[in-house]
Amino acid sequence: MSIKLENINYIYNPGTVYEKHALKDINLTIEQGEFVGVIGHTGSGKSTLIQHLNGLIKATSGNFYYDGKDVYSPGYNMKELRTQVGLVFQYPEHQLFEVDVLTDVCFGPKNQGLPKEECEKRAKEALQLVGFPEKYYTQSPFELSGGQKRRVAIAGVLAMRPKVLVLDEPTAGLDPKGRDEILDQIAYLHKQADLTVILVSHSMEDIAKYVERIVVVNDGEKMFDASPREVFSHYKELEKVGLAAPQVTYIMHALKEKGMDVPLGATTIEEAADAIMRSFHD
Amino acid sequence: MIRDITIGQYYPANSVIHKMDPRVKITCTLLFLISLFLQNSVLGYAIATLFLAVVIKVSKVPFKFIVKGLKAIVIILLITVGFNLFLTSEGTILVEFWIFKITDKGLRIAVFMAVRLIYLIIGSSIMTLTTTPNSLTDGIERLLSPLNKIHVPVHEIAMMMSIALRFIPILIEETDKIMKAQIARGADLESGNMIQRAKAMIPVLVPLFISAFRRANDLAMAMEARCYRGGEGRTKMKPLAYHRRDFVGYAITLVYIVMIFVVGRYVPFHIWIF
Repeated sequence: MSIKLENINYIYNPGTVYEKHALKDINLTIEQGEFVGVIGHTGSGKSTLIQHLNGLIKATSGNFYYDGKDVYSPGYNMKELRTQVGLVFQYPEHQLFEVDVLTDVCFGPKNQGLPKEECEKRAKEALQLVGFPEKYYTQSPFELSGGQKRRVAIAGVLAMRPKVLVLDEPTAGLDPKGRDEILDQIAYLHKQADLTVILVSHSMEDIAKYVERIVVVNDGEKMFDASPREVFSHYKELEKVGLAAPQVTYIMHALKEKGMDVPLGATTIEEAADAIMRSFHD
Repeated sequence: MIRDITIGQYYPANSVIHKMDPRVKITCTLLFLISLFLQNSVLGYAIATLFLAVVIKVSKVPFKFIVKGLKAIVIILLITVGFNLFLTSEGTILVEFWIFKITDKGLRIAVFMAVRLIYLIIGSSIMTLTTTPNSLTDGIERLLSPLNKIHVPVHEIAMMMSIALRFIPILIEETDKIMKAQIARGADLESGNMIQRAKAMIPVLVPLFISAFRRANDLAMAMEARCYRGGEGRTKMKPLAYHRRDFVGYAITLVYIVMIFVVGRYVPFHIWIF
């Protein structure tokens, strides 16, 4: 599995007053097993970008190769691509519609043309993966709490057994506990099932904690594409485009300014705590 | 995808027509529509064409955009033209084949009818293209306010209209999002026969209904939280007020109407037939 975007451009409503150049010459390669974070200001084009990854929108110009095959060539099996690249939208619980949880999660595998038993097997497996309690399988999805609804919706995509999981702000509107649980679950899937994960988030803390690589999108262009440490070292530039570094980055810089000998690269609280403790011992 | 729908779409531009008071635009559009039925001569249509052309030019809305709105009535237009063309038996026969006869009178009526319909649509779309839905309902509310005296809930009607209009783009966007989400789960919304396709819409319609109710609920809550309690005693942040351009607009329309009326009344139309 590999995803390769070459000079992708996307223009909304071309030729009208509402014309908007949402993506400008995006080049991006994502390999099997990566955990990539995508950050950008609201309206920067990150949602547009991820919708390209499973062919929901077709680039105005540019090339997209999945597993080396040209997705935009005639006769390419889009349906197959959509099962390989699972896309979880923002507020995915808004897509629930079935009478009970299990049937709803079965919707994806059913569309893949699998027999009923296999659908249910995969649905149960997916629900287990997201940590959804079995006693609620027969309940209406509309009676669940927000966090549980979201688990069901994510399971609905996982049940198709995608190789790549793309999540658009999977934790928006959840309480801190629900947020950590869902992200931990995703990180676990990434490790256990060798799932390639692309995570769009506004929370720099979440991004710093989980991802191995960050892509920063600003005004339709790729601004940075590097490790969290590297990207967050440019925190002044990030601020200019309406983003920020994790709070610990600021603390480390402030400590350094006050004359404490700490490394500036820490991006998570644990790393920072370690570094500070070490500088005390020295 | 579904976002391409352009019903009653507003075209932002900076023109005198855009800045005009919505009451002027509504009244003048109505007068223009009526004027199309007041006359029936080439000269009359020439005047109407001139009037429309000037308004379009002044409004700065690209002609291409206006023509787009005509797509919706192509079928009605064809049927009307067809009926008038083939079923008028009066007048001298121009062409005759099988059971169809095309007479000069039929041709004339058909052409006039087509022009009339096209102008009706163009006239009203200029109004919607240059007026935001909100100011349109404001205008309607003010124009209909005399009806308050006979206990017609004018404000409530206007409020419902603005909310309904406001919800169109929201629901379109929501539909787009839900469709994409279900397609991402492998839903096939495009192939199959009618029944299969109707069934395939369930995964879109159920979430759409739920979201519409949720949004309506949220909106009602937000309105109550801001002490909305109907139109009585409610003041406006930007009350409608006439400016010089509005009187000019009325005056021009009035001159146009008088011309149409005179032409329709006093110019014997047979002179202008062909």
